[in-house]
Amino acid sequence: MSCLHGAPLDLEALHATVRRSDRGAVATFVGQVRDHHAGRVVTSLSYSAYGPMAERICQEILTEAEGRWSVAVALAHRIGSLDVGDDAVAVVVAAAHRSEAFEACRWVIEEVKQRVPIWKRERYADGTESWVDPTAPEGVQPAASQ
Amino acid sequence: MMQFRVLLFARYAELFGAPEVMVSVSDHASVADVVAALRILPGGASLPALPFVAVNQMHSDSSRMLLAADELALLPPLAGG
Repeated sequence: MSCLHGAPLDLEALHATVRRSDRGAVATFVGQVRDHHAGRVVTSLSYSAYGPMAERICQEILTEAEGRWSVAVALAHRIGSLDVGDDAVAVVVAAAHRSEAFEACRWVIEEVKQRVPIWKRERYADGTESWVDPTAPEGVQPAASQ
Repeated sequence: MMQFRVLLFARYAELFGAPEVMVSVSDHASVADVVAALRILPGGASLPALPFVAVNQMHSDSSRMLLAADELALLPPLAGG
């Protein structure tokens, strides 16, 4: 199952891939488009990716998580244009017990942020746009453009 | 010399106005050599001296030597999630 999705995320379908009768705990993280960033009003954004590499790294993260914990993991990330409130990323982890499910879920989303080649361009209420740079002091590229 | 294709994404693609560029480098070029060749092209001045890169879709470092068939991609700071 691919991780990158050009259409709205189907959380029910994602849950269905990991649910099983011996897994009593399901932890879900959903990241949604926030209406503000670094003091600016965000109206929408778009995600782009290095598709083949992003898919490969997502699979790598899932395999690593399923090796570290006794869990089943589903992961989906949106690509393309999103509005405020849209689901941008979802991680669903099913395990026998909650502790593993929570731990693995937290680990997976942090790994996604650090390793998967995906980029985010935000559009602001003042009409400007900017690539988000989490490594920059203010979190966005200084040169916003119309 | 070889003509080497470099994949660009997000802000880096905007700097060069294209999702990929070709650069001329020696047959024994490293990632750093290709980046140096890119930085003197129009739009390349804003490129960091040591950008994150992927070779054949694996994170790599600038000292890696390249073969003509390698797929080199320059990765701006990641912002998924």
